[in-house]
Amino acid sequence: MTDQPPIISIRNVTKRFGTVTAVDDVSIDIKRGEFFALLGPSGCGKTTLLRMLAGFETASEGSIEIDGQPMLSVPPNRRPVNMVFQSYAVFPHMTVFDNVAYGLKVTGVPKAQVAGQVREALALVHLEDYGRRKPDQLSGGQRQRVALARALVKKPKVLLLDEPLSALDAKLREAMRLELVHLQHSVGITFVIVTHDQDEALSMADRAAVMDHGVVRQIAAPGTLYEHPNSRFVADFIGKMNLLEAKVAGVSGGRLAVEIDGLGRIDVPHEGDASGEIGIAVRPEKTRLSKEPPAGDLIGLKGKVSDVAYYGNESHVLLDTDTGVRFTTTVQNEVRRTDSSVLIGDNLWISWSPEDTLVLSE
Amino acid sequence: MEDWRKNKGAFATFLGPASFWLLVFFVIPLILVWVYSFGERGPQGQTYLALNFENYLRAIEPIHLGIFWKSVWIGAISTAVCLVVGFPVAMGIAFAPSRWKNPLLLIVVLPFFTNLLIRTYAWIAVLRTRGFLNFGIEWTHEKLDGLATLAGFPEAMGDFVPLELLYNQYAVIIGLVYVHLPFLILPLYATLEKLDRSYMEASLDLGAGQWRTFFSVLVPLVMPGIVSGALLVFILSMGNFLVPDLLGGTDSLMIGNLIAREYGAARDWPFGSALSFMIMYPVFIFFVINAMAARYRTHKRAAA
Amino acid sequence: MTEATIRPPRRRRSRSEINPLDYLKRPWMQLTLFLSFLFLYFPIVTLVAFSFNDSKRNITWKGFTWKYYEKALNNDSLHDAFVNSMIVAGTSTVVSTALGAMLGLALHRYRFPWKGTYEGVAHLPIVIPEICMGVAMLVFFNAIGMKLSLTTITVSHIAFTIPFVAVVIRARMTGFDVSLEEASRDLGASEWQTFWHVTFPYMIPGLVAGALMAFVLSLDDFVITFFTAGVGSTTFPIKIYSMLRFSVTPEVNAASTVLIVITLSLTLVAMIVQSRWAKGRQQ
Repeated sequence: MTDQPPIISIRNVTKRFGTVTAVDDVSIDIKRGEFFALLGPSGCGKTTLLRMLAGFETASEGSIEIDGQPMLSVPPNRRPVNMVFQSYAVFPHMTVFDNVAYGLKVTGVPKAQVAGQVREALALVHLEDYGRRKPDQLSGGQRQRVALARALVKKPKVLLLDEPLSALDAKLREAMRLELVHLQHSVGITFVIVTHDQDEALSMADRAAVMDHGVVRQIAAPGTLYEHPNSRFVADFIGKMNLLEAKVAGVSGGRLAVEIDGLGRIDVPHEGDASGEIGIAVRPEKTRLSKEPPAGDLIGLKGKVSDVAYYGNESHVLLDTDTGVRFTTTVQNEVRRTDSSVLIGDNLWISWSPEDTLVLSE
Repeated sequence: MEDWRKNKGAFATFLGPASFWLLVFFVIPLILVWVYSFGERGPQGQTYLALNFENYLRAIEPIHLGIFWKSVWIGAISTAVCLVVGFPVAMGIAFAPSRWKNPLLLIVVLPFFTNLLIRTYAWIAVLRTRGFLNFGIEWTHEKLDGLATLAGFPEAMGDFVPLELLYNQYAVIIGLVYVHLPFLILPLYATLEKLDRSYMEASLDLGAGQWRTFFSVLVPLVMPGIVSGALLVFILSMGNFLVPDLLGGTDSLMIGNLIAREYGAARDWPFGSALSFMIMYPVFIFFVINAMAARYRTHKRAAA
Repeated sequence: MTEATIRPPRRRRSRSEINPLDYLKRPWMQLTLFLSFLFLYFPIVTLVAFSFNDSKRNITWKGFTWKYYEKALNNDSLHDAFVNSMIVAGTSTVVSTALGAMLGLALHRYRFPWKGTYEGVAHLPIVIPEICMGVAMLVFFNAIGMKLSLTTITVSHIAFTIPFVAVVIRARMTGFDVSLEEASRDLGASEWQTFWHVTFPYMIPGLVAGALMAFVLSLDDFVITFFTAGVGSTTFPIKIYSMLRFSVTPEVNAASTVLIVITLSLTLVAMIVQSRWAKGRQQ
């Protein structure tokens, strides 16, 4: 699979709206059969990029190839991609069946084949018995399935999904995540999904591109994005992160000595070179709270609990150090009790292993 | 919205005065005209109340029916032309970048705020035998004539005979389209503007071309706007009095002119009343159907 | 799907390619708009232009002159007609704005039985042909024995402008957040105080727009006025009509231009007021 040419090849694409640059020199290769996510806060250019793949926007610079074909002057109706819209855009004046059949009819698929293909597509999304309904007789989740069937019936090379889960309620969203992944496995089509929800991207995608202000910050598998973010932005955007500003004091044999304001000098493992101002980061769940100072080579600092936020399965504890640094850590609520094991005002130590420390030069 | 029973005093204060005015100075006069339409004309043109259908029978005599037919026909053609001209304009504005929308709309509605009489009259200067249009045609003719003479065919173009553009039904249609175009563009624009763009994008995305998208997706979705705009233009065109009066000729007598004549020179008010209700019955019927359809839709939505 | 299914584009387009729904960027659309605007403006612009033409008959330009304006200005009956029009439009605007605003507010706020039917009847003056309303008013005033005068014109104009004002007010009120009123009541204001301090200020741009609309409609009305005007109650449009019935002279153009300028400036004021308020609300 790896030696196959990419299904989508985005090369140095820039999109400007007037003076605003929505997408800035983006290059991405998306592999055949991949579940790919474009992830980023609203306004980061991810939707614009998706719309350029579909053909609704034209790149100001750069090129887009889909399956080896340049897409520059190909209108949306001739591209081998189909889209599931954020609003679903299920035609309200047509029945479910006609909605799904529309894309086949307009491209001249023989009538005899249309009914069969539509039935297959509806079965794929478990809506076999809804063909005669009008969209206003469907729930939001069902309308989304219609939109999915309508796009999949065209057997596109790539399915584009624009924030497909954002309009669903929390429970349904969870279920749909799993279902989309199953669907993608069973049809074997490349999925490109746009989302601002990191959980969504991490749980569904094979790989994700994290975007910010029109720029791609990192393209990697979910695990890599979480455990090895390449910049302060990615570290902070994906999951929770304790970030400290530090200065490099010395490099020696795979270890880095850094000076952190208010914490002193610590040693962390680090491959490669680093100098000047850097970011030091550690995930809250990789830290421990203790009454006593940590033993061994653990990095530790002392602080006062300023807040405890209860989330059911875990609690988030905020710790303020004497030097004005604020840390978050998570405490698993492993025992059934309603009073907190940590109280506001407690003086505690927070500690973590140097191996869990991230060094962010960007 | 709150129920009127919650605060009857405020409800009556707000709704009362306008209701009173419209009842006395609009509804009662209309009822009066309706009553008159069953009346009889006295020898000096007085109106005697009665209950006969003479006037309606007269209204459907061939000569009057012909005028009705003509009014309906001219109204229908004007509406069709308005649609053909107005739809692209409404579409162009609705799909324009947002900073262009208001200026373009302003350009469309400004003429609408100038006097109807003056707007109609302005066309006389354009269309009459010595008007701008004929002037332009004559100028072109002269130039062509000059060219033909140069080419060695001095007689090729013949003499210029001004076209009879005014005082016929074509002038009336032009006038009606001119006067009513904004009535169609505005409701169409309002519906197109509200339309979710992703319906059209979905259609393009599924492989339909622009024309297919236009007819299979856009037109069905904005049908309510098209129907209400077209109906308004049709009613107003069919019952128009001023435009055929100023721009029309003997071939373009419309129902409005006939009503005006019965109330004026002919002084046959009962017949005039019957004629004006012949326009209003279809209007009423349409509104009843429309109201029932709206009721049905809300019930259906409430049930779902 | 195979490679062959992507049909090549019919023609090469440049980098400044137009997005599929950017219809305004397409030349055919620009041409359509241009021709439509030409159609809308050509008659009016020529009418205005030739009110300054120094020639009685000819449609060719013979030089600039104010003389037809002087003539129109010194025409006593035209002058009287103008004053009449202002009286009618002024009076009917005051009454119909007040009544129409209350109607629009009531229709916005209350649910009541037969509301649909009520709305249908109340909006009839907008949709029925003007001539039907004109003759109805004539029949009515004749039946109650009221002499046709400026009063009958004014009464009719009020009746036919009320629904227009109501529509404008109602449109304005759709953007009104009811919780503002609830907040006011919650803070101890009475219903009456709430109306004057919270609801009414919000209505003001709608009132201005509605009033200007009523004024322009009344000032411009010909058909209804034609049937409800008596001897000595000639309004400006009626006077122009009778003038052009005799002969089409540049003096009529000059008089028409005056009316056009008045109504257009009022319309522009209304629009500016509305857009200012709309902007103020956004900030």
